[in-house]
Amino acid sequence: MKARVHVTLKTGVLDPQGKAIGNALHRLGFPEVGDVRQGKFIELELAETDADRAKSRLDEMCRKLLANTVIENYRIELVS
Amino acid sequence: MKSAVLVFPGTNRETDIAGAIERSAGIKPHMVWHGDSDLPKVDLIVVAGGFSYGDYLRCGAMAAHSPIMREVKARAEKGVPVLAVCNGFQIAAEIGLVPGVLMRNAHLQFVCSDVNLKVESSQSLFTHRYQAGQVIRVPVAHAEGNYFADDDTLKRLEDRGQVAFRYCDSTGDVTAGNPNGSIRNIAGVFNDTKTVLGMMPHPENATEALFGGTDGKPLFDALAAALV
Repeated sequence: MKARVHVTLKTGVLDPQGKAIGNALHRLGFPEVGDVRQGKFIELELAETDADRAKSRLDEMCRKLLANTVIENYRIELVS
Repeated sequence: MKSAVLVFPGTNRETDIAGAIERSAGIKPHMVWHGDSDLPKVDLIVVAGGFSYGDYLRCGAMAAHSPIMREVKARAEKGVPVLAVCNGFQIAAEIGLVPGVLMRNAHLQFVCSDVNLKVESSQSLFTHRYQAGQVIRVPVAHAEGNYFADDDTLKRLEDRGQVAFRYCDSTGDVTAGNPNGSIRNIAGVFNDTKTVLGMMPHPENATEALFGGTDGKPLFDALAAALV
């Protein structure tokens, strides 16, 4: 089973990297770009066939390591 | 004072801080490689600066979950003092030894310069050789030193006097002199028992006149005096 984890900054947490990306896009001729928030995308192979079990294990992985829940949210997606 | 300095792959300030400790305490610290299972019985544990594990995932995230840090956390919970500087602060924040988190500098650039710090509290193992309100000058060198904590945590920190140092200008104005965007100019925090200090600036690099200043030395003198 494959899983995808998206880690993003919580609303209200300043994202200077997102801001810099937005500024760079403006300079490149994309004035329509407004607020930009960036994050992390992590793809994992899991030796697991049960979706519920996989999700609960992934949740634990996110809380323990993949995200810092003081400033970050995470979203888990199971693929195949 | 017996002490241990932790060394992870990518740690680079361990000899600086070991030298500062030795000059104040007169005893060389144990240098403990992260893979060593045994942490010696010591009066002070130091998590030094650098780029542990190449800052992969988030600064300090990998080191925070290493077996040796579990042991550090267990000792800290029993009251063994921990000094966590720069990358050490990032590791300590990741593992929850001190509240908050260190984010990318607001201006996105690595900052390497001397900064002014206001000593917020002299009531601790680490700061009793300073006067509360005193302005000291020590270097910073980091890209992720932008301290952040949520409003509830900040209120708790302020109410309990857990803010150790704030960035300021030379007159002690803590609304100026912020090198990285840290919320409320916070440069260093204590845990709730004030036995763990996490700070971004490098007091170890201001302990000899030859380094350009000695304002960091009282911190090590304070530890050496308190932990005999």
